[in-house]
Amino acid sequence: MTAGTVTPYQPDQQTGRDGFAQLLRAEWTKFRTVRGWIIGTVVAVMVMAGLGLFTAGVSSSSCQSASGGPARSGQGCGGTIYPVGPGGEPVTDSFYFVRQPLAGNGSITVRTTSLTGLLPSSNPAAQGPIDTRPGLVPWAKAGLIIKDGTTPGSAYASIMVTSDHGVRLQDNYTSDTPGLPGAVSAASPRWLRLTRSGDTITGYDSADGTHWTQVGAVRLAGLPSTVQAGMFAASPAWQQISQNFGGGENGMVAPSQDTAVFDQLSRSGTWPAGAWTGDYIDADGGSGIGGFHQASGRFTVTGSGDIAPVVPGQAGDVGTTVTQHLIGTFAGLIAVIVVATMFITAEYRRGLIRVTLTASPRRERVLAAKAIVIGSVAFVAGLVAAAAAVIFAAQLAHARGSYVYPVPWPTELRMVVGTAALIAVTAVLAIALGTVLRRSAAAVTLVIVVIVLPYILGAASVLPVGASDWLLRITPAAAFAVQQATPQYQQVTAIYSPNSGFFPLAPWAGFAVLCGYAALALGLAVVLLRRRDA
Amino acid sequence: MSQAVHAGQPGLSGAGRLDMTGLRDALHAEWTKLRTVAAPAWLLAGTIVATVAVSTAATAAVRCPSGTGCPVDTTKLSLTGIQAGQAIVAVLAVLAISGEYSTGMIRITLAAMPRRSAVLAAKAILVAGLVLAAGAIAVGGSVLAGRILLPGHGFTAARGFPLESLADGPTLRAAAGSVLYLALIALLSLGIATLVRESAAAIGVVLGLLYLSPIILGVVTDPVWSHRLERYAPMSAGLTIQDTTGLRSLPISPWGGLGMLAAWAAAALLAGGLLLRWRDA
Repeated sequence: MTAGTVTPYQPDQQTGRDGFAQLLRAEWTKFRTVRGWIIGTVVAVMVMAGLGLFTAGVSSSSCQSASGGPARSGQGCGGTIYPVGPGGEPVTDSFYFVRQPLAGNGSITVRTTSLTGLLPSSNPAAQGPIDTRPGLVPWAKAGLIIKDGTTPGSAYASIMVTSDHGVRLQDNYTSDTPGLPGAVSAASPRWLRLTRSGDTITGYDSADGTHWTQVGAVRLAGLPSTVQAGMFAASPAWQQISQNFGGGENGMVAPSQDTAVFDQLSRSGTWPAGAWTGDYIDADGGSGIGGFHQASGRFTVTGSGDIAPVVPGQAGDVGTTVTQHLIGTFAGLIAVIVVATMFITAEYRRGLIRVTLTASPRRERVLAAKAIVIGSVAFVAGLVAAAAAVIFAAQLAHARGSYVYPVPWPTELRMVVGTAALIAVTAVLAIALGTVLRRSAAAVTLVIVVIVLPYILGAASVLPVGASDWLLRITPAAAFAVQQATPQYQQVTAIYSPNSGFFPLAPWAGFAVLCGYAALALGLAVVLLRRRDA
Repeated sequence: MSQAVHAGQPGLSGAGRLDMTGLRDALHAEWTKLRTVAAPAWLLAGTIVATVAVSTAATAAVRCPSGTGCPVDTTKLSLTGIQAGQAIVAVLAVLAISGEYSTGMIRITLAAMPRRSAVLAAKAILVAGLVLAAGAIAVGGSVLAGRILLPGHGFTAARGFPLESLADGPTLRAAAGSVLYLALIALLSLGIATLVRESAAAIGVVLGLLYLSPIILGVVTDPVWSHRLERYAPMSAGLTIQDTTGLRSLPISPWGGLGMLAAWAAAALLAGGLLLRWRDA
């Protein structure tokens, strides 16, 4: 009792890694024993999931408000939905297909000499038949295609000439590889070739029919031995989208069509049918513009529609996105910011910080323990809330007959985990700024303003797209990019705005911006915590 | 018995007089408190700086390229900074009462001035007055920035965008209304802070109430619900006071919208005042 009592803490400290485990335990005990903070965390989870359900629940009447026009199939009303491509994404698969079955391996080669088309003239919103004028939409396309079958959404590979983007090799809706540049005409025709060998389809192009270049080779897993092959024509809907100042978008959509002339057709392999069949392939059962004419080796193929992914933000879109179901993140974030800030500022207010720092004089470790505890709590809360929002909102939307843009499961997982990580890192940012400012109100406001306000100004304000993009690149709000459901496709014309769920940075790059701010704030907090008296 | 009645009588008849002196004393006390700490002055300066800076940045970002019609409400655009400035106003108002709770000062205040509604009224009058003054400077600066920047960005009088001026009726209404908007945000925040007491939670509630409505409006496609949100949410409704174009298609008239915000502020203050009376401090 009298001797050897100089170091009573020694055994304790050796159990954890230099006592850090005890520090974590102490901070966790502080967190879980304050009822208000637990309530705040539960509130965060509930408002986040609840707002997601609200968004899904009130969007059921969107069918009536959509004025898409006849051009786009699968409006999502009356049970029709977009077909789903091999990658799990919603797709448009409407085109005119001049086809024959191809048994086993083989190839098809053709020369294209012309691509012309018709666009609706000025005002498609007017009543009556739509007047047309000659012209092409930028992604009007025609060429060769080898497809799993005629089921919309099935696998395919195609090589095509386009109006403004030269020769392209496209497969399975999302991939797009450029070939020869320039427009097609009688003076500069384009030779196209598709070769099938097992699961691999190779596309070639040529400007003279003798010198061939391989544009690319694609693998279509599980392609049946007999496929449908031939020529196609498709022309995406003409759209005029004007972005309203104030956030909304006005869209006018009307069908367009294109006509391609093919000749010098040659084939190898087994083509059992002998004659060409023309069909309009469409999810709705064939209501588009299309037809073909065959005379002395010349094929004139006319088509409309598109073979491409569907993205939210195209004019006349309907339904909700998983991104919109996560809109409650903002509410959850505010609650988490309040709790995280108070986790440190309450110590200053009550004077507990002096006890804490006396017990653990290495101050940066106290901050690290706090950041780990609040970050973990926020991550778990965010994970639960995001998963609940995504799962239940989709169920509610389906139950109410409203369309939800399907998302491949890895993307959905990234959105849910990313949202949880976004909330966790924001909690760390809040605790760091709380340490720097030591005043709850100022710290809470600062964090909310730097992360929520840029999103509001970027997504729902008068700012033009360029300025909004910058706001969502350089502010902590860049992290909302983890909630982007659909990539931007250059081959699809749409408004890629934050309002439709598109962000200027790649998901994890945007998240890295937030992490950068959190790291800076933590560094500043450590410096100030060590220098200042508590 | 009769003495007791007599003793009570002067007090009752003097209640009216006491009311006024009570409020005057409360005002004096609150003014001393506000004046002698550094935070309110900094926050008022911050409101002005944030409002003018964000307004200027927003105005500088928008251009009207020649040959296109620009459907821009330039007045509303040049007052964009209010959306940032209101956050700092909210902090000021929240701290006016929550600051006292966090230090325990509120018990001294209420011991010295047992008429609690007078304390809250004094705080409301002072905070609103200070915000009106700072808001006038902030809005003036924003309008001035718009006046200087807009003609250089293609918004010229020849194209239907006359030089921004407070002599213009709708612009004056938008500018004066924005000042009132900030004051009403202060009162709303004061009311909520009186209800919630804890400053961090109060500021979270206020900013959530304000900022969530435009975010949710962005994703709600149902016209009935978006109309409801635009009409009843405090920020969306209140900011219609800044609209000078397309007034017919507004979900709520500009003054009606500001009135909606006033109703929110009144309700929050009333609820806060009642709880202040009923609860132990």
